[in-house]
Amino acid sequence: MEIIYLLIPISLILLGGIVWILLWAVRDGQYDDLEGPAHRILMDEDKIVDRQKNSRRGGAG
Amino acid sequence: MRVALYVESVLTKTMNNEVTDESGVRLALGLDGACFHCGLPVPAGFDARVRIDGEERAMCCHGCQAVAEAIIAAGHENFYRVRTEPSPSGQDLVPGFLREAEVYDVPEIQSQFVHSPDAQTREASLILEGITCAACVWLNEQYIAGLPGVRDVHVNYATQRALVRWDDSRIRLSEILQAIQKIGYRALPYNPDQQQEAHRRQRRQQQRRLAIAGLFGMQVMMLSISLYAGAWSGMEHDFEQFFRWLNLGLTLPVLLYSAVPFFQAAWRDLKRLRVAMDLPVSLAIAVAFGSSAVATLRGQGEIYFDSVVMFVFFLSASRYFESMARQRCAASVEKLVQSMPLMTTLLASDDDAGEAVAAARLAIGDQVLIRPGETVPADGEIESGQSDIDESLLSGESIPLARGPGDRLLGGSINVTNPLRMRVDAVGADTVMAEIQRTIERAQADKPPLARLADRVAAHFISIVLLIVTCVAAFWWWQEPSRWFEIALAVLIVSCPCALSLATPTAISAALGRMQGSGLLVKQAAALEKMNHVTHVVFDKTGTLTLGKPRLEKIVCDSAFEATQCLRLAASLELHSEHPLARALVREAGDIEAGDVTQIANVAGGGLSARIDGQQYFIGSSDFIAASSEARIPSDWLDGIADDAVTAVVLARADCAMAMFTFADRLRDDAHALIDRLRQMGKSIVLMTGDRLASAARVADATGISDYRAQMSPQEKMQAVQALQADGACVLMVGDGINDAPVLSNADVSIAMGGASSLAKTSADIVLIANQLQAVAAAIDMSARTQSIIRQNMAWALMYNFGAIPAAAMGLVAPWLAAIGMSVSSLIVVLNAMRLIR
Repeated sequence: MEIIYLLIPISLILLGGIVWILLWAVRDGQYDDLEGPAHRILMDEDKIVDRQKNSRRGGAG
Repeated sequence: MRVALYVESVLTKTMNNEVTDESGVRLALGLDGACFHCGLPVPAGFDARVRIDGEERAMCCHGCQAVAEAIIAAGHENFYRVRTEPSPSGQDLVPGFLREAEVYDVPEIQSQFVHSPDAQTREASLILEGITCAACVWLNEQYIAGLPGVRDVHVNYATQRALVRWDDSRIRLSEILQAIQKIGYRALPYNPDQQQEAHRRQRRQQQRRLAIAGLFGMQVMMLSISLYAGAWSGMEHDFEQFFRWLNLGLTLPVLLYSAVPFFQAAWRDLKRLRVAMDLPVSLAIAVAFGSSAVATLRGQGEIYFDSVVMFVFFLSASRYFESMARQRCAASVEKLVQSMPLMTTLLASDDDAGEAVAAARLAIGDQVLIRPGETVPADGEIESGQSDIDESLLSGESIPLARGPGDRLLGGSINVTNPLRMRVDAVGADTVMAEIQRTIERAQADKPPLARLADRVAAHFISIVLLIVTCVAAFWWWQEPSRWFEIALAVLIVSCPCALSLATPTAISAALGRMQGSGLLVKQAAALEKMNHVTHVVFDKTGTLTLGKPRLEKIVCDSAFEATQCLRLAASLELHSEHPLARALVREAGDIEAGDVTQIANVAGGGLSARIDGQQYFIGSSDFIAASSEARIPSDWLDGIADDAVTAVVLARADCAMAMFTFADRLRDDAHALIDRLRQMGKSIVLMTGDRLASAARVADATGISDYRAQMSPQEKMQAVQALQADGACVLMVGDGINDAPVLSNADVSIAMGGASSLAKTSADIVLIANQLQAVAAAIDMSARTQSIIRQNMAWALMYNFGAIPAAAMGLVAPWLAAIGMSVSSLIVVLNAMRLIR
């Protein structure tokens, strides 16, 4: 069971990593809008994006 | 509210009206007979179609048609497939908008809104109006990003704000604004003020605190479960001690970072000698942590680290959700500061063409030119010119009034028909608009602060607990000095008011979440408590029970003419007027007679005359027709409009009256159902309006309200509400206009319509985002359910605490039992509150 003296510190290092990632996400504003991205991902279809690019190339708005 | 006078725009008001327009009308998307774009009914005889998704779709007006075509042309057809709400109607295109938008290209104005990260790039935040569902956000993002020269755009769904970055050499801000207008939305740059920045920082800090409490809490929980298992099945002392030290170390960040706000608030309360919930909360955290730390150091005794972290996490979470709801509301009413124009035309001398200056620079005695469609920049007196003035923002009167030389103009009202010269006699804080804002601030400050139930209970509870602990300690000190500390500690732990302090906030945040889902934005959580005691519901009429916009009701026609032909003729004339009745007529006509309209003459407060194909026509009020033409209006026509509630417009040729159009404000679809529902609930219903008696009576009859009062000024409304309150009534006020704002702040609970003026939304406790009246009844129901959940929670928490204390005081409660009891009682409270979400 002495292995626990190694495993627990490792898990604490992992915890440190997770905390750092979370704080970074908060600072980056990823929690500012919790609803928009959920809808956005459903609507961004490839077809539309392609057409979007074409129209941009053509200079039309 | 001096800010209000600096950051202003002529646009906002017109916009607010427009968003209201589709209020209450929520037809199935793409229903037969309804506009595919906005969901409003398609007028008979109007035929405009746009090919969407492989089918020809009907449109209700040219505005919607243009918007739909622009959306399709940009390749965003998908928008129609994924949206969940009808779009704002494209009908009320503001003719002045294109010119107005260019104001934002003036460097002086831009400096207030626009940042320049480098020489080419510009960045601005825009308020988007007309967002009804997530698909609108998507559409705007895709569309703006597709404009040449736009580098980057991000739309926040929650706040309906867009952050746009563009290349100044390729596109101008006004072009971006106009492009957004083209797809049926309105955008305005705004300056995120310091308060908002503070909100953002606060929100992020709360998120960090919550994250720390959650992550470390999970570790503590995991180790605690091993300890519990170990206590039951046996565990080596070394491991046990190791785990306990780990727990101590992992709880420290939670205590020193996440729990800080509780300690700060408790300290503030202590300094002011006030007892609120934060004090027992802090005490519980401190005592539980302190005794656990001592037990860890000594290597014996119970530890409660798991309870500490769980407690901090749940409490922080519920406070975070509550403050999120509040901030979201704050953002939705921010437009308040935009009711006055930014720029105005200053006239240096009588024959001067005028010079554009910032409205904030106006001084008393200045002469300004106010063009049709512009907002009056300050209070003053008309020097010359005749025009119709729309004062709906200030007085709630929806139909413009005729004004001429010598009449007073109020800042914030809109000049509808003709150019006016005005001499400024009050600016800034001296204007009527500023006075109204001050009245509201006063009324809000006067509102009795509602002592939260939990705070009241906490105050009693904490005194009682401290008293008991002292007595118990004293008793055991005298009885058995070796055990006094241990037992006093057990009493403190067992009386930890975790469950008690979670009882109210968890229930309230669950209810807030649920209500937000059903279209109710609750600004004051306290309103939830009050709503349950409401005895009287007071409604405003225009814009609340009704749509607040005139609609064509009837056409009376001379037998020599055809109704549809008259309507077309009238519409082609009224196309040249910006009067709300004219716009309603044009919208209703849909198709317009292609005639050559010449020699247009607008008469303020009357109507207009023009020539079409050589024939002279007149259109306007019956008085105007009688005064300006030979036409005689048949007396039986006028009988129909003896009732004040309807407004009539007559179309005439030089020699005879052709047709009469009557307009009336239409009732919201769900108004009657709501009134019935409220009556079933046993509430008394009162209708208070600034409008004329006949209009009030009409609406009261249609909805079955017996108690109605007409022609009331905002002061009278306020007094009437206060009189009701003096008789012991608890008043719920539902309104929408700026003139309702003082009453809204004065009522016990207030609800503003989603399309309401910003001032009304600021003053109200709850905003109906979806503009559905039915939600008012839902709110009352929800309030009752929340109350009963809170009471159940309270009863349970108090029962647990007061049941356990005597046992602990007698030295009967084993410490491990106390810890389990503490966690379970809190969990039950949280789970009970979650029932509200379903």
